[in-house]
Amino acid sequence: MRDISFDTIRDAVAELSVQACCRLPEPLLEAMRRSSRQEASPTGQDILKQLLLNADIAAKEDCPVCQDTGLAVVFADIGQEVHITGGLFEDAVNAGIARGYTGGFLRKSSVAEPLFERKNTGDNTPAILHIRLVPGDRIHLRLAPKGAGSENKGRLFMLVPADGIEGVKNAVLEAVRQAGASPCPPMVIGVGIGGNMETACLCAKRACARDVDSRNPDPRYAELEDELLELVNGLGTGPQGLGGTTTAFKVNIEFCATHIASLPVAVNINCNAARHAEIVL
Amino acid sequence: MLHRLTTPLSKDTIRTLRIGDTALITGTIYAARDAAHKRMDEALDRGDPLPADLRGQLIYYVGPTPARPGQAIGSAGPTTSGRMDAYTPRLLKLGLAGMIGKGNRSQAVMGAIRENVCVYFAATGGAGALLSRCIRKYTVLAYPELGTEAFAAMEVEDFPVTVVADCRGGDQYKEGSRPYCKFS
Repeated sequence: MRDISFDTIRDAVAELSVQACCRLPEPLLEAMRRSSRQEASPTGQDILKQLLLNADIAAKEDCPVCQDTGLAVVFADIGQEVHITGGLFEDAVNAGIARGYTGGFLRKSSVAEPLFERKNTGDNTPAILHIRLVPGDRIHLRLAPKGAGSENKGRLFMLVPADGIEGVKNAVLEAVRQAGASPCPPMVIGVGIGGNMETACLCAKRACARDVDSRNPDPRYAELEDELLELVNGLGTGPQGLGGTTTAFKVNIEFCATHIASLPVAVNINCNAARHAEIVL
Repeated sequence: MLHRLTTPLSKDTIRTLRIGDTALITGTIYAARDAAHKRMDEALDRGDPLPADLRGQLIYYVGPTPARPGQAIGSAGPTTSGRMDAYTPRLLKLGLAGMIGKGNRSQAVMGAIRENVCVYFAATGGAGALLSRCIRKYTVLAYPELGTEAFAAMEVEDFPVTVVADCRGGDQYKEGSRPYCKFS
């Protein structure tokens, strides 16, 4: 067993919050640079240049890239040999979110209850926490703040096996077409295929939080990622929806086993500020 | 075409704006988003005055991050406008000149923009750090308990926007994608 303390986890989460909100991942910046050269629309080129300049200012001044610093989605892969000391893991994550969002001048966008009072919790807790038990004695934390402009455009399609690959393509196209300019394109699109209702959505979320230079390890799905990207960019939505050839930087797919009668497809859209930061403890 | 605009906007100025044009806005604009709109709507229902005289003015849909010490405001890019669709026609009818936000609007809002000679601008979503540099002052005028969603006056200088809906019924979100769309 290896001990990891409450304080270590809390401090790591606090640091990841600020890092993720203020510094975009390098592969995303590279995709922005490439797109700014390849984008056909002059307005689109201008927007991509603005986004690059924005990322530069944000990193230099520790200013959030986007004011919607989101709900904090935390993916925690916890090694089975880890022993957490000094408190509960979930409390440590939330303490880190509170500290990072308050001390880091990030926006608190979490309301405690969705329908009647919608009262802000004041410190952006609770985190949306996805825990997996994995081999080893480490904790891998990936924090992906997710704003509502893009999150609100997510879709779930409970397809059937006969819908096949065409069905998946149509579902993704419909989701992106309907999202229009609202999720702040160019977007990063996470597609979850298989599982049941909730695992399809979780697959899509994990796909969304992957780097834009990653590919699904299964070559058939990697090829489908490329095909979907080409299709989506053919919609002409373009940067900020003002028209152009860069509607998305990347489509990422995650899949999992499913029922003989099911073909769930979840589409989770991320905005141009496709943020995440990670650490291994 | 690039316009240099100073608020408040006259109807004559608004008539010169076309979708796809860019503009740099200087002067006072008002920050309000979901919760502040709901409050304003309720105030109007009761016959109470709005937190500011909005005639000829622009509402910016924004919920900024907290300012660091010594700064006017934190990150301050636009939020999705569509969520304010239910409240917007009423405000336009009362003399609001237009809005700054991002994303498509409902038919009712597009109709109200045309009928009342108004304008809808988009600022770049995701460029909150860059846009905050154009905001000199941020003063909460009403609903402080809403925090980031409070109603506020903002002094802006050369705030960059694109005209996405004009008073002739133009919709840049429809027109802009057409040349690049590979689907019929």
